[in-house]
Amino acid sequence: VGVKCNIAFPWFGMDIGGTLVKLVYFEPKDITAEEEQEEVENLKSIRRYLTSNTAYGKTGIRDVHLQLQDLTLCGRTGNLHFIRFPTHDLPAFLQMGRNKHFSSLHTTLCATGGGAYKFESDFRTMADLQLHKLDELDCLIRGVLYIDSVVSSGPSECYYFENPTEPDRCVQKPYTLENPYPLLLVNIGSGVSILAVYSENNYKRVTGTSLGGGTFLGLCCLLTGCSTFEEALEMASLGESTRVDKLVRDIYGGDYERFGLPGWAVASSFGNMMSKEKRESVSKEDLARATLVTITNNIGSITRMCALNENIERVVFVGNFLRVNTLSMKLLAYAMDYWSKGQLKALFLRHEGYFGAVGALLELLHPS
Amino acid sequence: MAECSGIDSNPSSHTMDKSITLPPDEIFRNLENAKRFAIDIGGSLTKLAYYSTVQHKVAKVRSFDHTAKEAASDKLYEISVQEEVTARLHFIKFENAYIETCLDFIKDHLVNTETKVIKATGGGAHKFKELIERKLGLKVDKEDEMTCLIKGCNFVLKNIPHEAFVYAKHADSEFRFQTTNPDIFPYLLVNIGSGVSIVKVEAEDKFERIGGSSIGGGTFWGLGALLTKTKRFDELLQLASKGQHTNVDMLVKDIYGGSYGCLGLTGDLIASSFGKSATADKGDFSKEDMAKSLLHMISNDIGQLACLYAKLHNLSRVYFGGFFIRGHPVTMHTITYSINFFTKGEVQALFLRHEGYLGAIGAFLKGAEEDNPNQYSWGENYAGSSGLMSVSPDMNPMQRARSGTFDMLEMDRLERQLVNLPLLQDPSSYIPDTVDLTEDALAREYWLYCFEEALDGVVKRAVASQPDMLEAALRAEKFRQKYRHKLQTLRHQPFAYGSLTVRSLLDTREHCLNEFNFPDPYSKIKQRENDVALKYYQKAVKSLEELSWEERQFALVRGVLAGNVFDWGAKAVSDKCLIPLCAQTDCVVFLSERPWLVDSYNQWLERMKGPPHKCALFFVDNSGVDIILGVMPFVRELLSRGTEVVLASNSGPALNDVTNGELQILTERIAAMDPVIQAGLRDDRLMLVQSGSSSPCLDLSRLDKVLAMVVRERQTDLVIIEGMGRAIHTNYYAMLSCESLKMAVIKNSWLADRLGGKLFSVVFKYEVPAGKPSQDCETSTPS
Repeated sequence: VGVKCNIAFPWFGMDIGGTLVKLVYFEPKDITAEEEQEEVENLKSIRRYLTSNTAYGKTGIRDVHLQLQDLTLCGRTGNLHFIRFPTHDLPAFLQMGRNKHFSSLHTTLCATGGGAYKFESDFRTMADLQLHKLDELDCLIRGVLYIDSVVSSGPSECYYFENPTEPDRCVQKPYTLENPYPLLLVNIGSGVSILAVYSENNYKRVTGTSLGGGTFLGLCCLLTGCSTFEEALEMASLGESTRVDKLVRDIYGGDYERFGLPGWAVASSFGNMMSKEKRESVSKEDLARATLVTITNNIGSITRMCALNENIERVVFVGNFLRVNTLSMKLLAYAMDYWSKGQLKALFLRHEGYFGAVGALLELLHPS
Repeated sequence: MAECSGIDSNPSSHTMDKSITLPPDEIFRNLENAKRFAIDIGGSLTKLAYYSTVQHKVAKVRSFDHTAKEAASDKLYEISVQEEVTARLHFIKFENAYIETCLDFIKDHLVNTETKVIKATGGGAHKFKELIERKLGLKVDKEDEMTCLIKGCNFVLKNIPHEAFVYAKHADSEFRFQTTNPDIFPYLLVNIGSGVSIVKVEAEDKFERIGGSSIGGGTFWGLGALLTKTKRFDELLQLASKGQHTNVDMLVKDIYGGSYGCLGLTGDLIASSFGKSATADKGDFSKEDMAKSLLHMISNDIGQLACLYAKLHNLSRVYFGGFFIRGHPVTMHTITYSINFFTKGEVQALFLRHEGYLGAIGAFLKGAEEDNPNQYSWGENYAGSSGLMSVSPDMNPMQRARSGTFDMLEMDRLERQLVNLPLLQDPSSYIPDTVDLTEDALAREYWLYCFEEALDGVVKRAVASQPDMLEAALRAEKFRQKYRHKLQTLRHQPFAYGSLTVRSLLDTREHCLNEFNFPDPYSKIKQRENDVALKYYQKAVKSLEELSWEERQFALVRGVLAGNVFDWGAKAVSDKCLIPLCAQTDCVVFLSERPWLVDSYNQWLERMKGPPHKCALFFVDNSGVDIILGVMPFVRELLSRGTEVVLASNSGPALNDVTNGELQILTERIAAMDPVIQAGLRDDRLMLVQSGSSSPCLDLSRLDKVLAMVVRERQTDLVIIEGMGRAIHTNYYAMLSCESLKMAVIKNSWLADRLGGKLFSVVFKYEVPAGKPSQDCETSTPS
């Protein structure tokens, strides 16, 4: 890491997912006067544009709170910026790249995620850019391990919830992810991938599910008429899922003791919606909450079964579904702890959805 | 989760025709003798179970006392028709909308005053408790739903052949029935009610709910109702079957542009369910597409969890049930697809023909524990049962118009407990039937036609068998209607009672004949044939004894084959040889010359030159010439060689097959004429046992327990199976762990053609199991 490398700026890593494009940008802060003179105008302009704004166009956003300061990367010191925008605005992004003559910089653009494949020809035709395509799971794991290793000051990268089964005492606590293997890595994007990681280079995709963040948002849009993730989460935070779901106690009057099922457990997600009267009495907020709970608990169930099958006790949840979604994180922490009788620990990472993009950037600097 | 209570919306009642077109006494049969009741009330369907006794006419034979010369006639035995009481379980499934009408009907016909309690299970049991108690005056006794479900599941898996099936939407036959594995445990039951319960069953009373999911049938219904404004479950499924999920779901190719090659994820795989509805305009989605997407989402999710649990507990048999599955090809298909995807074919999704009845059966069994129902073997009565998908409007509009939405299952308590023949090489892979007519459309056409053609003759013979009963013609007509209706049903739904086979067609006919009190239409014919054949016995034995050893061996085999030609059940024979019963030698003209179609006679002859077998088990076929002039001389030879012989004959009548009762009398008569047979009986070296069956065919996995015991005790090392029904329609490919001899004459030109031979071709199949060369001659293995 200490050795200066000759990779030309700008340094980007990109992850083009089904819903969001994640972009990490390394802003060098150790530019010498000599370099400054040689730096072409296009490069300066890109740097200025990205670092002086926190929003780009209508939908691009820089997550300032995630920015990593004074990072030494490949012998250079600088700041790592985290930017995202919806995948459907990729054409606007390409247009901007074209306007700013990005292609004149002769840089390699390292990209991962399905979009790296799907939009490869668009990059070429619309912005005259050649993509270096990378496997998303390789990048994800590389990114997780790297970020966890470089974050030393400020809020801890990895955290968990203490007392997850007691809502009043449930608090976020830092966690040191030393000696992390084996771990189960659950990436919740539009869909979900579950990986068993045994070392940096030894992992397997255990399974996945199509019930992910995209399902939550998609169903919320259909059920409530909302149109953004933030809106959906806001509604969910105000709703009550027990009006929508049928609980064990709704059927058995209390716990189903014969099988150790507590009365509060959900017996049938959306089960109350079989009844016309109940359909008419629920609010949009209730529906949003029920959708969130249903999707989250289901991910929890599948994860728990994978952990048992793979004999792994530590689970790290990442992905943009968890962004500003404490509700889901606490639910996952609860579910892992309760159903495993304290055996499983749910861990979370601050840079949730950016690991793939970070991995792509690392590939640019240190080709594996 | 178990199927839940309080599903307020009735899924289908409001468009249903509420009139019951079938007279209720054809549905709630034998109520006057009903004594134990159980009821399972689900979200939309009620299942009623009761135990009843049925009076049947049975034909009995009784030997005349010949020494006293009491009988003026020269008949060997007399036939009398007696009443016999047998036990039967009735199960009826109907929509909750009919519950009150049905309870009233039951109340009006309930005679038995000993009944005080009705066992109840299912979510609706609570809701209807008061109504049931008021209407029937019985105390409702609630039983745990899951316990009932498992009890019922064990019961059907043990007692109903072809209960479980694999569903393959695009195959020639959508239903592939599983052979009955004698060892049903352990298995996983995934019950998809409003939620999902995953239960591991390890033994009759040992089961555990190992997991579940809240995403189940209730989620499909509830969420589906919200998304599509469609209230009924069935309608939602119909919407789903018309939709395109790719309009709503985000596929791998929507993200990648193609497949995600290095992970083996194909482009058409769903990456994110409903993923497209987050980005496009809300108005863009059709109800059908959303319903389809929802169906896929839920089915895949359940399939995935089921696989994870199956893997964790190392189980490969996974049965699916619950209202989400019940008779819906759409959900059976999506669940099957999901299981195949997640296990890469290692685990098969299994479904049950009587899945809807499990709770009611289980509740009934709970209440009937003092009668020890699990100690008996039970058999599905094809005459009284509706068959799979009887109420599916798409599958069977005809049946639906007849019986509304009522579905019935009847099970007879069998006299004898049935078990595997201990000599089956691999009981779990044994399939009795040679041709599966559900898969072979050509053969199905032929046999259905054949049975329809033969119906007039059967009716005639049935009437003729009861000349003193005036209403016999009327009953015979009812039999004709019933059986013709069954044939029509099977034409549309060959899978109605499991795999359709010649055996099942024959058995269904026997069940229908019994239903209308024609217990033994051939009794008189059999009697006449036996009488005549006996007269030739001594002559036949004498002529055989005059032959050299080697000539005799061949004459004996030819005798069995020739005797077997006289089968009044086979079409070709009854047309061609209604000639006066002939002496054995005259019959031989029908037989083809050697080499026969299947011919291992030389190996058999070599074997006969070797040491005698310890004990031979002989499954016999017809009365008359067959048993008396064909089988008995053969048995005699075996006895003379020092081989013990166990003769296995049917417990009850079927066509002109000799029954155990008849054979007892015949053997005694022969013993009186023949010292070899007499000594055999006296020294217990010749034994008569019943097979436990009343079928013209033979299922070696359901035989009398006593037979199995005798076979084991006597260290049986040779099994002889004779006749078309037992050696060709069934057991042609049966692999035994000892030597076996299958002998038959093909008396059906179509079948002969199929097997590459002509009418009256001979099958003589002597087999020695691999790795067990017959004792003395290396060369004797059939080539």
